Amino acid sequence: MINASMRQVWLAVLKRDLRIAARRRSDALNPLLFLLMVVTLFPLGVGPGPDILARIAPGIIWVAALLASLLGLERLFKDDFQDGTLEQLCLLPQPLAFTTTAKVMAHWLLTGLPLVILSPLLALLLSLPMQGWWALALSLLLGTPALSALGAIGAALTLQVQRGSSLISLILIPLFIPLLIFATAAVENASMGLAVHGQLAILAAISVLTITLSPLAIAAGIKMSVN
Amino acid sequence: MTQETIAKVPLLHAEQLSSTRGGRVLFDELSFQLHPGELWQVTGPNGAGKSTLLRMLAGLLEPTEGRIQFNGTSLYDNWQSYCQQLLFIGHKAAVKGELTALENFYWQQQLTASPNTDGWDLLEKLGLLGLEDELTGRLSAGQQRRVALTRLWANKAKLWILDEPFTSLDVQGVALLQKRFAEHLADEGCIIFTSHQSLTLSELSPKLIDLSQAAQVHSEAAYD
Repeated sequence: MINASMRQVWLAVLKRDLRIAARRRSDALNPLLFLLMVVTLFPLGVGPGPDILARIAPGIIWVAALLASLLGLERLFKDDFQDGTLEQLCLLPQPLAFTTTAKVMAHWLLTGLPLVILSPLLALLLSLPMQGWWALALSLLLGTPALSALGAIGAALTLQVQRGSSLISLILIPLFIPLLIFATAAVENASMGLAVHGQLAILAAISVLTITLSPLAIAAGIKMSVN
Repeated sequence: MTQETIAKVPLLHAEQLSSTRGGRVLFDELSFQLHPGELWQVTGPNGAGKSTLLRMLAGLLEPTEGRIQFNGTSLYDNWQSYCQQLLFIGHKAAVKGELTALENFYWQQQLTASPNTDGWDLLEKLGLLGLEDELTGRLSAGQQRRVALTRLWANKAKLWILDEPFTSLDVQGVALLQKRFAEHLADEGCIIFTSHQSLTLSELSPKLIDLSQAAQVHSEAAYD
């Protein structure tokens, strides 16, 4: 067999990205540390009163998560662009839109998934009522894939910009706003014991939409820069 | 007679290629045919458009004018099979500094699912043995180039497009690479590469594409 299977190539890209992240641990952990710092500093800033904290907790956690996801984005494709790896990915028989999803997946595993796992700790730090915990975890689980997918579009579009991170933020923040609104609404409702299915369903829909359509935009952005 | 014409379908056929970058014409109406077993060298001064031409042939860049055919059909219509037959090592060698030589090699292997080549044998052949656990980012430029070139030994692609493959290689490295060139050509492969130095191995006699003349011809025409 001369041609690698789609699955094999996808896994190879994913594993390589995770391995590289393991070699540059400080870069990989930076967004997570940033988020933890924000969440631990807020109670010190606004006072430890559980009433205020519980009310603003969903907003703090989600805003911190959005900003943290922007931190490492610039380098998502840039390193591969600069050393020629992206050219090689363009020249594979497998479509570029497909192979880049492996990179997006790696990004989510490194930034989104740890958030979901840490969410009980975050909820505890901000004294979120118990009934809000699972809504927070679910909203992060359903919402963070969209952050990675949208973020990758921003990263692909700014490949040729020298210091693109501010431009990436400018492109992405407006796209992140619907996620923020529905996610925080879900957590607030859950804390008050109301139904949250609607908000969570919308979060899931946004994620499904961005995951399916973003690869096309990412591939187009990369091809534009490689040319 | 027909048998002969069929056999003579070029692997890659460039027709009337032109390239304009930033308002400057790099080359104009360049036509050539690459047949199996042929070695082509693109020469020309810095900035003459050598890399541009190679990237065009690799399909990374669309020609401003003209077209490229692979096995008789347009490159982009035939993209998948073209990618399978193509090995492109660009000016940027796609070696990851955070991975070791062996990891870099196996990663490339997984992408192409080439015949099973033993990574260790190859590293030994290329003089990289003992460095396999070192991150390639810490190796010298020549050693990094050798890591990139491991792909040439572990690939079934017929067409090699190599941008400055001899850069930073020492004398032994250059000799090794030329020997590999000869093997590939004997295997009905086809190579097009850029280089400022001429090949030393006597079996190799590259056909030349001189881009300095192409540019000159055009600049005269532009002044007319």
